[in-house]
Amino acid sequence: MSAHLPSGRAVRTDRTALALRGLRKMFGDVAAVAGVDLDVQEGEFITLLGPSGSGKTTTLRMIAGFTEQSAGSIEIDGVDVSTVPPHKRDVGMVFQNYALFPHMTSAENIEFPLQMRKVPKAEAKQKVADALKLVKLDSYGPRYPRQMSGGQQQRIALARAVVFQPRLLLMDEPLGALDKKLREALQLEIMHISRQLGATVIYVTHDQEEALVMSDRIAIFHDGKIEQLGSGEDLYERPISLFVADFIGESNILHGKFAGGSVVAELGTWRVGDAAAARASLGADSPAALVVRPERLRLIPRTGDVPAGVNTVDATVTDVLYLGSTRKYELRLANGQGVGVRQQLGGPETTWNPADEVRLAWDVDAGVLVAGRGA
Amino acid sequence: MTDSFRRWNRSLLVVFGVFVIVFLIGPSIVIVPMGFTAGQSLSFPPVGFSLNWYGKMLSDPAWTSGFINSFQVAVCTAVVASVLGTMTALGIARGRFPGKTIANALILSPLVVPVIVIGIGMFSFFVRFKLSGTLVGMVIAHTALSVPYVVVSVSTSLRSMDRNLEMAAANLGANPWRTFRRITLPLIMPGVFAGALFAFLESWDEVVVSIFMTTTKFRTLPVVMWEQVRQVVDPTVAAVATVLLATTTTVLTLALVVRRQTPVR
Ligand SMILES: Nc1ncnc2c1ncn2[C@@H]1O[C@H](COP(=O)(O)OP(=O)(O)OP(=O)(O)O)[C@@H](O)[C@H]1O
Ligand SMILES: [Mg+2]
Repeated sequence: MSAHLPSGRAVRTDRTALALRGLRKMFGDVAAVAGVDLDVQEGEFITLLGPSGSGKTTTLRMIAGFTEQSAGSIEIDGVDVSTVPPHKRDVGMVFQNYALFPHMTSAENIEFPLQMRKVPKAEAKQKVADALKLVKLDSYGPRYPRQMSGGQQQRIALARAVVFQPRLLLMDEPLGALDKKLREALQLEIMHISRQLGATVIYVTHDQEEALVMSDRIAIFHDGKIEQLGSGEDLYERPISLFVADFIGESNILHGKFAGGSVVAELGTWRVGDAAAARASLGADSPAALVVRPERLRLIPRTGDVPAGVNTVDATVTDVLYLGSTRKYELRLANGQGVGVRQQLGGPETTWNPADEVRLAWDVDAGVLVAGRGA
Repeated sequence: MTDSFRRWNRSLLVVFGVFVIVFLIGPSIVIVPMGFTAGQSLSFPPVGFSLNWYGKMLSDPAWTSGFINSFQVAVCTAVVASVLGTMTALGIARGRFPGKTIANALILSPLVVPVIVIGIGMFSFFVRFKLSGTLVGMVIAHTALSVPYVVVSVSTSLRSMDRNLEMAAANLGANPWRTFRRITLPLIMPGVFAGALFAFLESWDEVVVSIFMTTTKFRTLPVVMWEQVRQVVDPTVAAVATVLLATTTTVLTLALVVRRQTPVR
C-alpha cells in the first residue's frame, strides 16, 4: 500500500500508530488536558500547536508515560499502554533542553538505549555510527555534551531517540532554545531524517511557521482540547473558529450578525460564499465573524463600480511598509479597527499613500465565516 | 550609603576578622609548635625543637590503639552513613509519602539536639543491647550523628540535577534501578562522596557521645586525649592534636574540592 501524505512521505500501511481517546489530565480542579481524541497514522508527522498552557506538553508526557492520565486511553499500535511504565513503552523522546547525560560522551549517550535493550556490542557500535552519520556528526562520538553547541547537542539527542527504532518519536519544542537560523536548518533536517526512517512523529511547538513547514497535519490546542485538526492549508484557508483564525497566520476579522447569507455590521453587509456558510452552519441572527487574509484583500478607489461577487468596506490608509517581495498596507476602518493588506509586488497594482481614502475589496469566496464572540 | 558608613563597615569587618583569627583559628594553630618542644611541659612558646613527643605518641599503646580505633570507626561510619544518607535523601527528594516533612525534620534533628542529650540517651539505650564499648556500637552512634550531613550534601546534588535526565533514561528503556545506577548515582556521586567525608570527620573528632559509649577496652583517639589531659598535661597531647588536625584539614579540603565539582552539566 502506498498512500501519500501531504508532505510527500509514503505511508506504508494505513495502520493507526497512536490513538488517543478522551484523554484527560486534571491537576487538582484544573483540567490541563480536557478530552483529547487523536488518531495518528504510521509514518505521519503530526504537530501539536497552541498557545502556552494549552496542554501540549502534558499530552506528550502522558503518551511517553511520565504522567498518568486522569481519564481516557492511549493506544500504541492498537494496544492500550495506559498501565505500561515509561521504560517499556518503546517511545523515543527529544526534550527542549536536550537532556543528554552529561557524564557520557555522544556515542555513549546514543548507545544507552541499545544497552538497555541488550543489543550485542558489535551491532550496537555499528548502529551508533550509523546514527551519528544520520545527524551528520560522524566525528563527534567521543565528545561530551558540554563540548558541543546547542544545535549539535540536539542532533545527538535526536540520534539517541531514533537509534532504537521506537514506535513513536515525540518531540517537545526541540528547537525552542536555538536561534532562528539554526532552527530553520534543523527543521529541514528533522523532516528528512524522520521521513528517511519512516518514523511516526508527534511534534510540539508554538512556532506556527515551524508547524506549517514540517507537518502532515496540525492539531491546534486550545484550553486542553484540540480545537481543529488538519493540514496547514485546512487551518489557514478554512479555520473553523475565531480562535484558529486568529491563531494561524495574520487575519482580518469583521464582526457582525449572520443574516440571509451575509454578515451584517454597521460598516456594511458582506456576502458569504455558499461553501463557507455551509461549513459554519450558523443560525440566523447569531453573532458571526468574517475572516479575510491580508493577501486576499485589494485596495480600490472609492469612486467607481464594484464588480459583482466582491465585498467591500471603506478604509483609510495609515501606513505603507515595503517588504521586498510584498508591500504591506495598514488601514483603519470607520469604527477605528485596524486592517492589514498584503500586496504582491510586480503586478499592475497602484501604490497608495498614507491618508488615502480607499475601498477594501475581496472576492466573496475569499471570506471565511466563523461563529462570532458570544456565540 | 554614606562614606562614613562604609568606613565604619570596613573597620567592623577588620575587627571581626581579627577576632576570628585570634580566638577561633589561633588556639588550633598554637598547638602545633607546642608538640615539637624540647622542653617537658605543654607551653607556648615551645622551647627548642624535638620529635620526642611524636616518638612517645607512637610507642604508647594507648595512643596507637586510639588511632586505630578512631580510624576504623570513622571509616565504617563514613561508609554506612553515606549509604543510609543517600537512600534517605533520595526518598525525601523523589518519594511521595505522608509525613515526609516530619520524617525529614527527624532525620536532621541530630544537627540541633544538644549532643550531651544524645550521648546520655544513647548510653542508656546501647547498654541494654550490650553495644557500648564495641566497634559496632560506636559506628551506630556516630552514624546516627553523621547521616544528616550526608542527607544535606546529597539533597543539594539532587536538587541541582536535571529531572529530565531521569525521564530521558526511562524513555530510553532503563528501569528505575538502572536509571539510578547509570544516571542518578554517577551524577550525585560528588555529593555522596563529600557527604562521606563529612561523616568521616564528624566521627573522627567526636568526643561527647564517644565518652558515654567507651569502656576501657575500646577508646577512640579524642577520648584518650580527653582522659590524658585530665591526668598529666605533657606535650604528647599536642603531637596527637596536630595529627588529628592534619587529618581533619586534609579530609575537609578534599570534601570542598569534591563539592566544587557538583554537578557536571
Ligand atoms: N505538574 C503540574 N501541576 C499543576 N499544573 C500543571 C502541571 N503541569 C502542567 N500544569 C498546568 O497544565 C496546563 C497545561 O500545561 P502544559 O505544560 O501542558 O502546557 P503547554 O501547552 O505545553 O504550554 P507551553 O507552550 O508553555 O509549553 C497549564 O495550565 C499548566 O499550568
Ligand atoms: Mg510545553
